[in-house]
Amino acid sequence: MAAFTSYVSSAGQPSYSFPQQQSAPSHASRAPIQHSFYPYTDNGGSTLGISGDNFTIIAGDTRSTSGYNINTRYEPKLFRIGGEGSEHKGSKIVLSVVGFAADGHALKERLDTVVKMYRYQHGKEMSVNACAQRLSHILYNKRFFPYYVQAILGGVDEEGRGALYSYDPVGSYEREFCRAAGAGASLIMPFLDNQVNLKNQYEPAAPQGLEKPQLVPQPLQRAATEELVRDAFTSAVERHIEVGDGLQMMIITKDGIEEVFSPLKMD
Amino acid sequence: MNHLPQAWGRPRDDIYGAYDHSYLPQTHANTHPTTHTQSPVVTGTSVLGLKFKDGVVLAADNLASYGSLARFTDVKRLKPFNRKAVVGFGGDVSDMQYLDRLLNSLDVQENYSGAATTEEDDGEAPAATADGEGGEDKHKAILDAKNLHTYLSKVLYKRRSDFNPLWNAILVAGLTTPPPPAPSTSTSSPKDTTTSKPTGPAPSRKPIPYLAYADLLGTTYSSPTLATGFGAHLAVPIMRRAVPDEAAAAKLSREEAVEIVKKCMKVLFYRDARSMNEYSLCVIDGKGVDLQENIKLEGESWAFAEGIKGYGTQTV
Repeated sequence: MAAFTSYVSSAGQPSYSFPQQQSAPSHASRAPIQHSFYPYTDNGGSTLGISGDNFTIIAGDTRSTSGYNINTRYEPKLFRIGGEGSEHKGSKIVLSVVGFAADGHALKERLDTVVKMYRYQHGKEMSVNACAQRLSHILYNKRFFPYYVQAILGGVDEEGRGALYSYDPVGSYEREFCRAAGAGASLIMPFLDNQVNLKNQYEPAAPQGLEKPQLVPQPLQRAATEELVRDAFTSAVERHIEVGDGLQMMIITKDGIEEVFSPLKMD
Repeated sequence: MNHLPQAWGRPRDDIYGAYDHSYLPQTHANTHPTTHTQSPVVTGTSVLGLKFKDGVVLAADNLASYGSLARFTDVKRLKPFNRKAVVGFGGDVSDMQYLDRLLNSLDVQENYSGAATTEEDDGEAPAATADGEGGEDKHKAILDAKNLHTYLSKVLYKRRSDFNPLWNAILVAGLTTPPPPAPSTSTSSPKDTTTSKPTGPAPSRKPIPYLAYADLLGTTYSSPTLATGFGAHLAVPIMRRAVPDEAAAAKLSREEAVEIVKKCMKVLFYRDARSMNEYSLCVIDGKGVDLQENIKLEGESWAFAEGIKGYGTQTV
């Protein structure tokens, strides 16, 4: 209140409807206000998605960490999007989020609401590519205070092929055949490049030299892909402390979502 | 006109009177900036939570510290919400008191609005008539521990997103009704390497124990054993040795659970400098909330300390 009346002089002299400039030195010497509150944290964990001819697999470990602590051994990073009610009955889209878990939850809730509202307003299910673009817009809308997450969205497209989209925290996105994200991404992604996209693999029978043809990636079979995912995670668990406890896989086909859980090392 | 360029073209107070700030938002009228909590002031230390067969045990000591000063020694940090949910608060005590007021007003609101009767509560209806106090209440759909945790975590996440955090780490303990059986499209793979989910929905709709964490960032997680603050380092390993997973929690008796939590409170008192030897302990199960607020630490002995050597300047 004192600051309110300070520029109304008691001597009855003209004064002004805004505060007069303070004496310069005292203002300049004051240290800037420090904000010690940092609104983000990293909850570790890793996710991975691979799309095939008629299916998409999204997987994630279930460990949640803060620093060297294990918060819990079961906190899913995979979420069904759309479908009926809070149980997502009949849903055919899966979102995985890794990074800051609280933002991940908020993002999942927003996308889920959008997909449900779409069906309510248009009377048909939202396609995966529409959902993918909407997710990009949601992330971009918060560009200046981003959702600190790496998202992967999976489903089956209108031709029945597996669809997989990966995102950065501010909404840049791309449709891909495989993508790893999170703490173990740097361990898993090179393995996927080699095993899914057959990078650095050449025709063994061909003669040595520059003409040696590279192997062409073939559509993956579901059983083989599941084993690939399991191998990727068991290896990441060995070398990264924030990955482990359990592996949750969701396999999306035209018939719906199948969920598979398998244990990982808990050390 | 005068020599102050910033006054030119503006109405003079001696002619038009002082500028009326009253219509402006409070933040503009007030020449002081709005202030947000940048660090907690009076704080509570760890809260412990442990699930057992048919309920949850929650514990926290009665100390509110002002930095390293043991300032208030009778602060109750376990707040019962209703017969299905209790909240344990760590972190800033004034923010705890704010949240407590918020929860009280929420409770009043919930009880005034005519909540619909639910078939879920019918299972426990015979027991309901036994206690006179909540007979009518039993037929209403009340907020359970899971609902309350969702509410609180959203409050906390909103406040962190406004850069005005509520500086708390909380545990919500109690009971919840599991969701109906999983959707038909979601089938489990018949592979032999797979096991069922650790937190798979139970076949019956009987209320099950619920324990979850939320903090100032809006981070949430759930586990059969949980602790905030120092307890995450000291108590969780002790509790996890007894209860490594949900299956072990489902076998644990109430007495065993209380014993483990009491042991953890003792370890925390020995090793956490911001703790005290008087604490609150709460058991939430199908019968309701059993809160004891002035438990003294039993069998305290510092004999072990004599054997500790090799810290600091000690050269023996």
